[in-house]
Amino acid sequence: MELVEAIILAVLAASTPLLIAATGELVTERSGVLNLGVEGMMIVGAACGFAGAWLTGSILVGALFGIVAGTLMSLVFALMALGLAVNQVATGLALTILGIGLSGLIGAGFVGERITPAAHLYIPGLTDIPLIGRVLFGEDGFVYFSIALIVGVWWFLYRTRAGLILRACGDNHVSAHALGYPVLRIRTFAVMFGGACAGLAGAYLPLAYTPFFIPGMTAGRGWIALALVVFASWRPGRLVVGAYLFGAVTILQLHAQGWGVGIPSQFMSALPYLATVIVLVLLSRARTGGSTAPAALGTVFVPDR
Amino acid sequence: MRKSLLALAAGLLLAGSVSAASAADKLKVGFIYLGPIGDLGWTYQHDVGRQALVKELGDKIETTYLENVPEGPDAERAIEQLVRAGNKLIFTTSFGYMDPTLKVAKKYPNVHFEHSTGYKRDKNMSTYSAKWYQGRYIQGLIAAKMSKSGVLGYIGSFPIPEVVSGINATILAAQTINPNIKVKIIWANTWFDPGKEADAAKALIDQGADVIMQHTDSPAAMQIASERGKLAFGQDSEMIKFGPKTQLTSILDTWGPYYIDRVKAELAGTWKSEDTWGGLDSHMFAMAPYTNMPDDVKKMAEDAQAAITAGKLHPFKCPIVAQDGKTVECKGGANLDDGQILGMNFYVKGIDDKLPGK
Repeated sequence: MELVEAIILAVLAASTPLLIAATGELVTERSGVLNLGVEGMMIVGAACGFAGAWLTGSILVGALFGIVAGTLMSLVFALMALGLAVNQVATGLALTILGIGLSGLIGAGFVGERITPAAHLYIPGLTDIPLIGRVLFGEDGFVYFSIALIVGVWWFLYRTRAGLILRACGDNHVSAHALGYPVLRIRTFAVMFGGACAGLAGAYLPLAYTPFFIPGMTAGRGWIALALVVFASWRPGRLVVGAYLFGAVTILQLHAQGWGVGIPSQFMSALPYLATVIVLVLLSRARTGGSTAPAALGTVFVPDR
Repeated sequence: MRKSLLALAAGLLLAGSVSAASAADKLKVGFIYLGPIGDLGWTYQHDVGRQALVKELGDKIETTYLENVPEGPDAERAIEQLVRAGNKLIFTTSFGYMDPTLKVAKKYPNVHFEHSTGYKRDKNMSTYSAKWYQGRYIQGLIAAKMSKSGVLGYIGSFPIPEVVSGINATILAAQTINPNIKVKIIWANTWFDPGKEADAAKALIDQGADVIMQHTDSPAAMQIASERGKLAFGQDSEMIKFGPKTQLTSILDTWGPYYIDRVKAELAGTWKSEDTWGGLDSHMFAMAPYTNMPDDVKKMAEDAQAAITAGKLHPFKCPIVAQDGKTVECKGGANLDDGQILGMNFYVKGIDDKLPGK
């Protein structure tokens, strides 16, 4: 039983950075902007988040540093891709390259330093309940925040007028513009939200997951977050399924190796990707056919005045 | 616009990674690194070696390094860049640079190349590596003594001979202390992903392992073991900062003496293409101080280290029995020969797990 609890705890920790980064990217893409720079924004968030926490001793300040750093990175993207109407794919890729270099520079002075990782919630009585106690009442703040975040985004997109307008910009920017909505301003906010989330997701790694900074420590998680958004067909509910499924299979394959089930480890390492893709594709097939992508995704919009 | 932006980004990266080069008539020595010098592991230790070189011969030579050079075609360009900048001796420090280095070496016969951990050589291209399995053997002895549960946890990178021989050396040593010792092996299928390495360490500990050993590059596993109050071995570099009460020892890559030797030979005009595979006796690597263990275990480790250094103890002393129960042919007389160790693709008896791809 203790093992089950340990596995669930590890799954939640592994899934949380993916969920936070993917939530931000989902909002960005729903507004019609494809920002491939998630990995770059994450790694800069990781470097700045660690720097903030190390300098002040506060995890909260570190998280805020990560959010601000991710947002600033996304503003570079917004300036190029929205302000100057540069191709979004190229700009996003350049942002990742820039972010990896920049994070190495920022983090160089902090390599080899340690911090105390984010504290876990402890409620006497509740946290001590076997099996579910630590899972429900013993996580770090990031885990609870990530769940609140995705619920908030779902509510915003489907239950508010502002969310409807944002989706309209993503589906048909010409109509949204004709109706008098400031398409570029809305998209800029969506890009900034994506950047803030990516920065926070990056900061989660050195603040809670492995409490030190090393260049390149995001190790491709930004790309996984991007893929999750696509395979979740841009829906928050499926995104949650995808992120936790990916985390769960990642952890379970490690345990299966430890138990010695005799399946080649190379296959096991590929399993999280396979399982997530298959399940999410099946989920989107189950409903209606056709593309669910925002119709204007990745296309440049230049207002005609 | 798009092009200029990419060019700008690429320019920034290059500008950031090429260290300054000036002054004439000094011998120019170049280095190609796989990771950032701040990776605290493989690349970091190569750079420590370079710094030792500069300290020793700084008045006669000048060094340049390129970091974050991906293995493959990009490497060829990076190596050529160093040649054109006037470097006469170039160290390429990762297995994947093997073919690119060879290609450039054929093109520039007057420049000398040194490739780390590979097996292809030429008139002007040497190879160098270290017998890390000797260190793994010492770790196996310590692990078996220190483990209360009798279960060791091993995080592997890729199932290549270097890693497999390390696992075998560990378990052969551990069996001399505790014949029933168990080892749980998890392959991360990456050299470097701190999050995944941490997850693997958590899984091993949750399954009962109480001594964690790794053949991946980040200090994540050490940090997790420390958090859970278990014991662990570092990798490539000193990791005690991440587990002051956790690290038992660590295999430290010490390239400095080798780099100094080779550059001295180059300066004297006696450089020859060679194949160097150095063990504890050659100072290619060292063991970090033995910490967090009782004095008798420490003494045992030091004795084993002395015996291996003196050539009295060989980790792969015959007979070696493979997992399938068959005795391995003994090509080296009293022990397996270098070729058998360099190409090791089987587990020894006592490992329950199956070797991936077998």
